[in-house]
Amino acid sequence: MAWYNRKDKKFKDSEKKSIPDGLWEKCISCDEVLFRPELDKNLCVCHHCQHHFRVSSAVYLDLLLDKGSETQLFSTLESKDFLGFKAGKKYSTQITGAKRKTGDHDAIKVYSGKLNEKPIILGVMNFAFIGGSMGSVVGEAVSRAIKTAGKKKIPLVLICSSGGARMQEGAVSLMQLAKTSAHLAKFSQEGGLYISVLTDPTTGGVTASYGMLGDIILAEPGALIGFAGPRVIKQTIGQDLPKGFQRAEFLLEKGFIDHIVPRSEMKDKLSRLIGLLT
Amino acid sequence: MPKYYLDFEEPIRELDERILELESQTDPTQETLKEIAKTQGKRHQLIEKVYSKLNPWQRVQLARHPNRPYSLDYIQILIPDFIELHGDRYFSDDPAVVSGIGHLGERRIAIIGQQKGRDTKENLYRNFGMMRPEGYRKALRVMNLAEKFGLPLITLMDTPGAFPGIGAEERGQAEAIARNLLEMSALKIPIIGVVIGEGASGGALGIGICDRFLMMENTWYSVISPEGCASILFRDAGKAPEAAESLKLVPSDLQEIGICDRIIPEPNGGAHRDKDSAINNLSQAIQEELAALEKINPENFLDIRIEKYDALGFYQELK
Repeated sequence: MAWYNRKDKKFKDSEKKSIPDGLWEKCISCDEVLFRPELDKNLCVCHHCQHHFRVSSAVYLDLLLDKGSETQLFSTLESKDFLGFKAGKKYSTQITGAKRKTGDHDAIKVYSGKLNEKPIILGVMNFAFIGGSMGSVVGEAVSRAIKTAGKKKIPLVLICSSGGARMQEGAVSLMQLAKTSAHLAKFSQEGGLYISVLTDPTTGGVTASYGMLGDIILAEPGALIGFAGPRVIKQTIGQDLPKGFQRAEFLLEKGFIDHIVPRSEMKDKLSRLIGLLT
Repeated sequence: MPKYYLDFEEPIRELDERILELESQTDPTQETLKEIAKTQGKRHQLIEKVYSKLNPWQRVQLARHPNRPYSLDYIQILIPDFIELHGDRYFSDDPAVVSGIGHLGERRIAIIGQQKGRDTKENLYRNFGMMRPEGYRKALRVMNLAEKFGLPLITLMDTPGAFPGIGAEERGQAEAIARNLLEMSALKIPIIGVVIGEGASGGALGIGICDRFLMMENTWYSVISPEGCASILFRDAGKAPEAAESLKLVPSDLQEIGICDRIIPEPNGGAHRDKDSAINNLSQAIQEELAALEKINPENFLDIRIEKYDALGFYQELK
């Protein structure tokens, strides 16, 4: 068991920003060395600088749903490599690898459960699964989540974290933006409440569809949120980006999200919003 | 603009030039006329040969051909009484997209098209057809106008993507596109989307939700440009031809998958060699499609679109 992660840049950890095994963890934002069990207890938020680490869907499940109230939905959906896509790695190999690494079936998990005794449908994306990318499975799971919330007339909460559409599915991944948005149009017309929570990072196709379509949009502190990724923008315009660009605080200032909510307050904030709007 | 030849079109240049030279003779002799006819025949055969076996990367290049008709070229002929409508009413007027109303044949329609420029100056003005948030919001304004007055909507897609810039992000590029996806899904008017050149990603989809998705023969539509895909997945933008192969982005592939509903044939040698017949083919296709869509009860469009896009996903479900 490693006590520290390697500092030597030549030996990169493959899972850069998720929490690796080890008793100690260095905060990537303030360099403070954190005791892992303490960090876990603090919802993977640095007690020193409040940096919100990227976490697995299990953390949000524990955080948001009342203990024992949850039922997982649509967990039988699996991606398939219908284009026979290969670019360096084969897509089918990537899917198998991501499943092994995360233990998840794809980049989203959907639950029905209760948040402070109020029934909701909760979807949680996982960035560790092929960059949280949206392919046919994510599109279908989100669409079914919307339909289920509509049928049961209960609120829908989606915790987003994604690099965008899943290129390995070609134009079909682009169609998932259309599909989820069309379902949300219907859900909204029928009076359904949808709250989206943007976590680090939410970019590309997910931001440009259900990410930005919440009746209420919340974000975690410091989360990167945007359409184009910062690297692409920098390449296109050939200049450095302003400090804090595309961070949650920037979006709040520009008027694109309602609130920045620390992880520890997320349940309470969601509960109060749902209480007021349903 | 001078005629431009892609590398695989080079053999045609020689014959084009020979024909021009012969035709420029004053008082051509019987001999000359015969030779012109012969060379034209040869050119026809050569073009057929070159174009009958294009690979995806060549089709991507054709879609970007600088002599290809752009949105305004189509609009001028399709809609002789076109009135352009400007501005999003919030921030500015985005010249990367042209929108307005007019008659297509007997019908009143609204049309929205992404517009590229022919030269550097024009391209700077049109931003290479890359829309900013105000462009998507202008488009939405015109869509809502069309719905209010019962005009069917035609959208022409021709963009390398939505503009990735600081201002575009500040003004909510993602929000603008997402809003259009949601609102377009629910519009109570028929929508026909046509890819006339490049159809890249959310940039194209932001005006691209539709009931019938048409593609001109030499175009592409994808979640990302072949260069973008190559630089991310192959870590080498030079691998774009391979990426174009993998992405399955040409009309025939997309028709097989079910995304493309109809491929509009282009004249021999591509739309840039005979704009009028390309535009004519499109006009005919749109009018046929509109005639069918007009029979649908406007209240049903949202459900029909949900059903359409629901089918465009491929996954397996374990028992």
